[in-house]
Amino acid sequence: MDRLFEFMLPEAKSPTADSTDALFHFINEVSLVLLIGITIALIYFAIKYRRRSEDDETPVITHNNTLEITWSVVPLLICFVIFGWGYTGWLNLKSVPDNAYEIQVNGFKWGWNVKYDNGAQTLNEIHVPEGRPVKIVLQSSDVLHSFFVPDYRVKHDVVPGRYTYVWFEAEEAGESIVFCTEYCGTGHSDMLAKVIVHTEEDFQTWLEKNGGGVSGTPVEQGEQLVQLQGCTTCHSDDGSRLIGPSFKGLWGSEETLTDGSTVTVDENYLRESILNPGAKIVESYDNVMTPYEGRISDDEITNIIEYLKTLK
Amino acid sequence: MATAEVSNKKTLKVQRFKPSDNPSNTYLTDEKGVWAWMTTVDHKKIGIMYLVAVAIFFAVGGALALLLRTELMTPAKTFIEADTYNQLFTLHGAIMVFFVLVPSIPAALGNFIMPMQLGAKDVAFPKLNLASFYIYVAGAIFTFIALAQHGLDTGWTFYTPYSTESSSSVIWVTMGVFILGFSSILTGTNFITTIHKMRAPGITWGKLPLNVWALYATSIIQVLATPVLAITVLLLTMERWLGFGIFDPALGGDPVLFQHFFWFYSHPAVYIMIVPGFGIISEVISTFSKKTVFGYWAIALSSLAIAFIGFLVWGHHMFTSGQSAVATTVFSFLTFLVGIPTGIKIFNWIATLYKGSIKMDTPMIYVFIFLFLFSIGGFTGIMLGALSVDIHLHDTYYVVAHFHYVMMGGTLIALLAGLHFWWPKMTGKLYNEKLAKIASVFIFVGFNVTFLPQFVMGAQGMPRRYYNYVDQFTAFHQTSTIGSYLLGVGFLIILYYLMHSLFKGAKSPANPWGSRGLEWQATSPPDFHNFDHTPVVIHGPYDYHQPMEEFQLGLAVDTNGHDSETAKEVVDKEREQWKNYSLG
Repeated sequence: MDRLFEFMLPEAKSPTADSTDALFHFINEVSLVLLIGITIALIYFAIKYRRRSEDDETPVITHNNTLEITWSVVPLLICFVIFGWGYTGWLNLKSVPDNAYEIQVNGFKWGWNVKYDNGAQTLNEIHVPEGRPVKIVLQSSDVLHSFFVPDYRVKHDVVPGRYTYVWFEAEEAGESIVFCTEYCGTGHSDMLAKVIVHTEEDFQTWLEKNGGGVSGTPVEQGEQLVQLQGCTTCHSDDGSRLIGPSFKGLWGSEETLTDGSTVTVDENYLRESILNPGAKIVESYDNVMTPYEGRISDDEITNIIEYLKTLK
Repeated sequence: MATAEVSNKKTLKVQRFKPSDNPSNTYLTDEKGVWAWMTTVDHKKIGIMYLVAVAIFFAVGGALALLLRTELMTPAKTFIEADTYNQLFTLHGAIMVFFVLVPSIPAALGNFIMPMQLGAKDVAFPKLNLASFYIYVAGAIFTFIALAQHGLDTGWTFYTPYSTESSSSVIWVTMGVFILGFSSILTGTNFITTIHKMRAPGITWGKLPLNVWALYATSIIQVLATPVLAITVLLLTMERWLGFGIFDPALGGDPVLFQHFFWFYSHPAVYIMIVPGFGIISEVISTFSKKTVFGYWAIALSSLAIAFIGFLVWGHHMFTSGQSAVATTVFSFLTFLVGIPTGIKIFNWIATLYKGSIKMDTPMIYVFIFLFLFSIGGFTGIMLGALSVDIHLHDTYYVVAHFHYVMMGGTLIALLAGLHFWWPKMTGKLYNEKLAKIASVFIFVGFNVTFLPQFVMGAQGMPRRYYNYVDQFTAFHQTSTIGSYLLGVGFLIILYYLMHSLFKGAKSPANPWGSRGLEWQATSPPDFHNFDHTPVVIHGPYDYHQPMEEFQLGLAVDTNGHDSETAKEVVDKEREQWKNYSLG
């Protein structure tokens, strides 16, 4: 039976999972015992007391105080135990150790933008050191999202306009999947990320190599930006159709809009479509993109435009 | 003629009114024709109209579910786009909750049966009852307009800020839900008044059928909670339409506030959906065990306890939302408290079977299915109430499986039990028992094959509302889809034999189950005014140790039987006095 319950949970890879898993097993075991009891009673009574004649007489049993108090109080006590157990486990999930390494994660439609203390940035990959508590500080640039790592048994909603957090301590090098668990529209089920766990040494090397963030010529910076800002989640660079129009061949082309008018793709159109995408929607596409107003600087927009010019 | 002591030492002259097995006049033969039906104030006809409407919506919601499950056969796209999928699950949820589960038992079966269980001619406000139905229809029309426009893709929960930004027809649906709410409130008010004022002589609170107790508790929740939903969707509409800034952080609002408002209604609404089901279970289990319900008061009062505690647990939907730590702790604690009265009911029903005379007819089979499935729903609810575990399970398929075990394994199975139990009463026809049993096997097996794998994949981390999923969950999803097809087959069989019964079924006697319930002491189908006498009740509704004759009493009619008009007048006059009296 234990094996069934173990099969139900992904392998635990953080000490934050311990209390949760133990309680999960406990409730399953108690429930299973009770459910088997209920089922046996149902079947046994149905057979033993089956109707033998329409004139069957049944005893008048209106109630039984001892029995009723027992089956009220015992479950109540079990529930108190479960409450206390769940509460202490949850307190642990809320109490971040002082030495935790902080990583900023920004959820947007549809991806996770990750920032490290030395300015390094990644998209949909969260690099962490093993054996050290990590605090993920969460914020959203548009709607509600939820940050869920099944392997660590942690989850928290990502709420626009406020910071929330989760913490965990990855036990060994490897990868764990991250899901968005708050419905956020078209790309909700593609809003996945990975926690990539390095040994302490590898992590430092990785961090140094990627420190400082976006760099290079304007075109190179633009290329990195469309990755980090999550543009490529919806816009391909090879002409294939995703949620939004492809970047390939976009520059200088003439596009028909939903209202039937046409527009030539130039700097100002691109700038408007980044800051206020709903203003001009290309025919056959939906108005689902989040405005980047306030999330991106003028220099960054210029670099992105320079990069788009190169995608012929 | 016999005399019987009713209550408070007032002696009434009563006589036995044995219901005819071949009634010449029934509510179906009076007031025929479409217009008569549409303008009827007869609670029975209104109940039937609700039942038809609910069945149609259930068919639509069920078809949507099958499309969803079909799409989930493969991890990536199977046959529809992500946006379509998002619309389908939203509509499946919204239709099943607002148009099926909420009105199904109270407004359809409750409307038909409850006044009869009270020995009343109708509900307290028959015209209001008809108005409730048309308000329900108006709400439905708004929703269909939304479908014809841009549909709805927010999830049935309408969480902000997604719902304020979505390009789908949110306002049409929120307005539909707003209107629909009034239907629910009016039905609740009507029922509360009816239960207080319209009980036949002798029906004290201690002799009230448990179905009526359950509907009473439900009505209290409907009246108190639904206005909150109305306000919530109204605020959401103002936010979308006028940019009010109540929930949108960019305008100084708070998206978590929306969740508080929403669940302040929608958690009690869970009890609006399930508590009437409890009522049906009590009626059926007693009839098919020929036995007094064990712990009458425990079952009756636990419904009320659930109704009240149910108002204090809404925050357990929000453990991961960012609500305060104190709120989270308190809501978790109260959640366990609301589990206890539910557990008590299960034990009471099982104890009722002990030393009974159990007949496994279709309604009873559904009761057994209910007890099994709903227990699983309850245990997994305890799991989700535990704070640390909920953090892991929240918004995964575990939750999806849990609420389907409660809502479908609970409410809908109870509805099926009630439908099969009262079908002869409503239509005067019997259905094919063999086919009904075959269908129940499909329902039971199909249900478990659909939803048991969802517990496992949910605990393994599969999030809900996912159009694409990672490969490791493929086998679970495919099993679940196959199960849903079995369920679909089950419901088609039910549709077939019920239609067959309606048009070609054998005639039912007045009381095919030998029930002691007052509704069975009328003809099947009942007279236009339910009883052509004023019933007088001297035993509790589950006193199977008392002879059937003593459940068929009515005020003695002082006439030789030739002049029925005079007889009716006498009845009504007596009745009037009794109304005032029984209030005291």
